[in-house]
Amino acid sequence: MTMKKRVALYLAQYDTSAKVLHAAEKVRKAGYTKFDAHTPFPVHGMDAAMGLPDSRVGWIVFFSGLTGVSSAYLMMWWMGGVDYPLIVGGKPGFTLPSSVPIMFELMVLLSAFGALFGMLHLNKLPRHHHPVFESDTFRSASDDKFFISIEAEDPKFDLAETKAVLEGTHPETLELVEEPVDEDEEEEEEGHH
Amino acid sequence: MSSLNRPIKSIGEVYLTKEGMSFKEISDTVCGVTEKKAPRNWWIAFFIASTFTGILGMCVGYLLWQGVGVWGNNAPVYWAWDITNFVWWIGIGHAGTLISAVLFIFRQKWRTAINRAAEAMTIFAVICALMFPGLHVGRIWFAYYMFPVPNQMALWPNFKSPLIWDLFAVSTYFTVSLLFWYSGLIPDFALLRDRAMGLTGRAGKIRRLVYGALSLGWRGSNRHWQNYERMYLILAALSTPLVLSVHSVVSFDFATSVIPGWHTTIFPPYFVAGAIFSGFAMVMTLMLVTRAVYGMKSVITMKHLELMNKIILLTGSLVGYAYAMEFFIAAYSGNEFERYAFLNRAFGPFKWAYWTMITCNVVVPQVFWFKRFRTHLGVMFAVSVLVNIGMWFERFVIIVTSLHRDFLPSSWGYYRPTLVDMGIYTGTLGFFFTCFLLFIRWVPMVAIAEVKGVLPQADPHDESHAHEGHGETIEASPEAQPAE
Repeated sequence: MTMKKRVALYLAQYDTSAKVLHAAEKVRKAGYTKFDAHTPFPVHGMDAAMGLPDSRVGWIVFFSGLTGVSSAYLMMWWMGGVDYPLIVGGKPGFTLPSSVPIMFELMVLLSAFGALFGMLHLNKLPRHHHPVFESDTFRSASDDKFFISIEAEDPKFDLAETKAVLEGTHPETLELVEEPVDEDEEEEEEGHH
Repeated sequence: MSSLNRPIKSIGEVYLTKEGMSFKEISDTVCGVTEKKAPRNWWIAFFIASTFTGILGMCVGYLLWQGVGVWGNNAPVYWAWDITNFVWWIGIGHAGTLISAVLFIFRQKWRTAINRAAEAMTIFAVICALMFPGLHVGRIWFAYYMFPVPNQMALWPNFKSPLIWDLFAVSTYFTVSLLFWYSGLIPDFALLRDRAMGLTGRAGKIRRLVYGALSLGWRGSNRHWQNYERMYLILAALSTPLVLSVHSVVSFDFATSVIPGWHTTIFPPYFVAGAIFSGFAMVMTLMLVTRAVYGMKSVITMKHLELMNKIILLTGSLVGYAYAMEFFIAAYSGNEFERYAFLNRAFGPFKWAYWTMITCNVVVPQVFWFKRFRTHLGVMFAVSVLVNIGMWFERFVIIVTSLHRDFLPSSWGYYRPTLVDMGIYTGTLGFFFTCFLLFIRWVPMVAIAEVKGVLPQADPHDESHAHEGHGETIEASPEAQPAE
């Protein structure tokens, strides 16, 4: 049985952070949008070189923190002030000053959840598989090599032209990565066309 | 901006790792520990540590069966080793957060060599700490009364009590530390996963499965790094006030009471300084041992150790200042109970504990004024162990000496621990080291991606390593670049 394959992306490899930074800039200037840099650590200046808009994690954290602080307030107000006021030392059932520590803690707790899960949500992680993993050289992306990938789904993607653009960035290696096609998925896709 | 692009030596900075280390060498040094067989010393340490974990299990079982009467706590000393151990362990945890969060915000790049191990230490220390509030309630099956969950008495917790603040603070602290630690590990788990691709046999398969699952499909994408770095910054910014709040709230357990010796406003900053002090000492102890056993001298350098010693000297002196200030306030207040409590601390039945504390915490760290001692491995190991002993005695002195002389002389007493007290305390030490040994065996003990990020060749603008033909560096805005 022969496995059907389809073109997934071009993968270019570089050996320094400076080279991958310049390459990313050239690819962006060539008009590609569905491309990515893969580096073992965040490379300084890469966001600007790729032309990425600002991260939206902060907004998720802001609203989770707001949820934390207000739910802590409401919880203590309802439990201590409305449902069953405990009168200790003649003090009121609910007071704001004594509620500050727990309001702060729940704000931090929910913000932290918002930060990690917000990051994973924006990055669409966890993800079981990605075509870049079809490449054997890609294993060093977490070690000491730097990569640029241009996906076949990019509207400007063209086997010859994209190859020429990437060759112009002087990569160490350049490969066309194919991914196996699932039979059912293929039928479904044919139905679309 | 131009000074940032100059070679590292010309601006008077030193390398954070051994000079000329490559990315691959860092990966090999750190990952190798989890890939090779454990050295013989690891097994010896693991055997000893897990023995004490077993003792912990037996003592806790006996305690739960018999009740808290098996402890030495009795009128008037109702709080003793349980709360001492709780505060001690929480304090140790704080250094991990300080190194990972506060030093991150202050852009102290040297933290990258030690932050992973320090964060792991935080998590294990907080687990040890959390055992004590759980155990000291006696009937642990009612521990859920502490949480705001509906129960059969239709009662809610008293939110005006610092003890419930403490519950929220410590459980938040544990959760946030765990998230912070795990999020830092994702890229390093991906590295371990990729290294396991070449392995054959069952070990390789298990490694690929476990590290693959833990790395969540991380592929080093810069679109991901962008959100990841923002998340990391936010977690650091959240953890910084959190770590201050946690030990402040712990100190409220004492400071909001009316017991002479506890009722002082200096407690929150004094507890935070003490926590960082003991935590750094514990990081130092652990780092010196793992560094020697695993040959990490090129990653955890003498420079790192010396900087940590400076922090130990600073926080130790802050703690010494707090001890002196407590005495001054006791004298200056004119309150005879307050004055008695402090004189009794230094010259009463527990004077041996008080002077042990002063010697270990205030006198001993002063040797770090001298560079010779700051950079001497034997001296720093001895100091780090003594500081932890001293900081345990600090909590013991605060808790027990303030309680053993009640307002009425008829209720005076003396506290003696029982074997179960000692078994549980040494047992948590065993549990802590068991966890830590498992951690260094299976998890990268140095934040690999972060260390690579601070190497000189990581900076794309570093001229000494740029091999590009046009030698042009990209400034903050790519739009400023001339079109090609």
